[in-house]
Amino acid sequence: MSRFIVRRLVVSVPMLLVVVSLTWGLIRLAPGNFYSGEKKLPAAIERNIREKYGLDQPWYVQYGRMLSSTIRGDFGESLKYPGTTVNEILWNTLPVSATIGILAYALALVTGILAGTLAALRQNSRMDYASMAAAMLGISMPNFVLGPTLVLVFALTWYWLPPARWDGFGVHLILPVITLSAVYMAYIARLTRSGMLEVLRSNYIRTARAKGLSERNVVLRHALRGGLLPVVSFSGPALAFLISGTVVVERIFALPGLGNYFINANLNRDEPLIIGIVAFMSIAILLFNLLVDVAYAYFDPRIRY
Amino acid sequence: MWPTPTSTRASATDVSTSSAAPSTQDASVVGTSLWKDAVRRLRKNHLAVFGFVVVCIIVIAAAIGPWIIARTTGYTYDYIPTEPELVNSLAPFTAPDGSFSWTHPMGTDDSGRDILARVLLGGRISLMVGVISTLVSLIIGITVGATAGYVGGRVDEAIMRFVDVLYSIPYMMVVIVLLAFFGGRSPLGQLFLLFVALGAVSWLTMARIVRGQVMSLKSQEFVLAARATGVSGSRIILRHLVPNTLGPVIVYATLTIPSVMLLESFLSFLGLGVQAPLASWGSLAADGIQNIAVFPWQLICPGITMAITLFSLNFLGDGLRDALDPQMRKG
Repeated sequence: MSRFIVRRLVVSVPMLLVVVSLTWGLIRLAPGNFYSGEKKLPAAIERNIREKYGLDQPWYVQYGRMLSSTIRGDFGESLKYPGTTVNEILWNTLPVSATIGILAYALALVTGILAGTLAALRQNSRMDYASMAAAMLGISMPNFVLGPTLVLVFALTWYWLPPARWDGFGVHLILPVITLSAVYMAYIARLTRSGMLEVLRSNYIRTARAKGLSERNVVLRHALRGGLLPVVSFSGPALAFLISGTVVVERIFALPGLGNYFINANLNRDEPLIIGIVAFMSIAILLFNLLVDVAYAYFDPRIRY
Repeated sequence: MWPTPTSTRASATDVSTSSAAPSTQDASVVGTSLWKDAVRRLRKNHLAVFGFVVVCIIVIAAAIGPWIIARTTGYTYDYIPTEPELVNSLAPFTAPDGSFSWTHPMGTDDSGRDILARVLLGGRISLMVGVISTLVSLIIGITVGATAGYVGGRVDEAIMRFVDVLYSIPYMMVVIVLLAFFGGRSPLGQLFLLFVALGAVSWLTMARIVRGQVMSLKSQEFVLAARATGVSGSRIILRHLVPNTLGPVIVYATLTIPSVMLLESFLSFLGLGVQAPLASWGSLAADGIQNIAVFPWQLICPGITMAITLFSLNFLGDGLRDALDPQMRKG
């Protein structure tokens, strides 16, 4: 197991560099510059800017510098906010995105597994149909529709919750977290249901029942562990989707998170900030995928690395 | 995954075995019976039929609706009313006293444009992005998957490793970078960029599915027979293997359309996707969110239309999966 983890970590480094290089290549292949605006700059000023940011050097020197800064984890200064380093921005925005992301996924796991298990235990009951219809609605409802609708109802009509605000933990997190988690709730409920249905028909569950275990024990101790395998493997790609979800949710609720900064960085052509956020997100995804694989081995003892 | 009666399931299983072991000589005969069976099973699934009907209605409405509106209400191509008194009809649901009016069933937007017409017009773009991007992902996915599965060995290993790598990159972020840096030249260019970008990021699962199918098919006699008679590799893939993978491919493509439409609407919502004067459901929702407190229907109408469409497409896809490929009944 530890050999597997080490090998995966070693493989992650080139993967991270591939992603960063791809992003860098896209930025550099695009026409135009971050400093070019409506008005043409005088040649001397342009020359100075290019010199300051090292744009006058050959591309491989610039590329090498970008790679080494990625490996060192020091992405330099933002172009849009001079005097602020990319690391400072990451450090300030990460808590926002991580808070709503983790809370949303935790909420999705709890409600999704609960609904999916209940639906599977009472297959073809009214409860089963209702929760699966709700799940399908959750999958089909874009979060930029769900979020504003929730705001409209709970914030602007009934005045129960604030529409958009950020100051650490508090009630203002409820709407963004629900908005973000709806899709995952739905997917997890569906995956749990189909996983559990399959497991509940399997031989080892029959054995567990035959030896006289209570239904509760059969479900909680035996069936869930196998039935949740699809959910575990879904969690890896889910994080990648969660990131695009946070971008939208942060936009709707005006949260100062990574996603909002990422969009602005792209519109401002803020190269160091873009590279920094992409690198950071890639690391997060790679680590999370590793975690999922390790968890998979725990849930399914047949798997050995 | 939608629960269907157990009798359907039992009959479904034996069809799938016959589809997994097709005979080359009369492939068309086997194919017909498979498809006929699938249609029969699909028609029993009321939710899938409902989804199919709704999708048809929305496609037809998007195709001819704007034309009808233009004819009956005197709107110009931009859906700005031509008559001065209509221009003043900006109030919520437009009748002077604020009540619902059939002149603008969904109300009007800031510029006085009829939202129903905009939603139908946006539907064209949204559906088009969904279908064309899915086609792009089909072409890439089938090519890569069939090559990996048929050639096997080192090539397969290398391709699937590459696919694994792509799986774990934050591709939405790469798409955002791509659109932000290369987009914005012209509305049509932007649309083309969207097709390519969304197609290029959604072929991975397709490649895996096709590869798995091809690997299980390629050791069968009909492939051996084709090879023995001297058919070239690419021809075997195209004429003998790919047609046999069509069932799962269609199922997955039906489910890819709504997910691509969702991605497109995210991007348009963020202002990186479809550009004015073109509109999609995502960009209409983005326009609508500005006025959410005062004119909520500007967001809700395109949003609900989109949700209904995706809902129906997902039901149709699920139903197709149950009908065509009962083995693949997972989430």
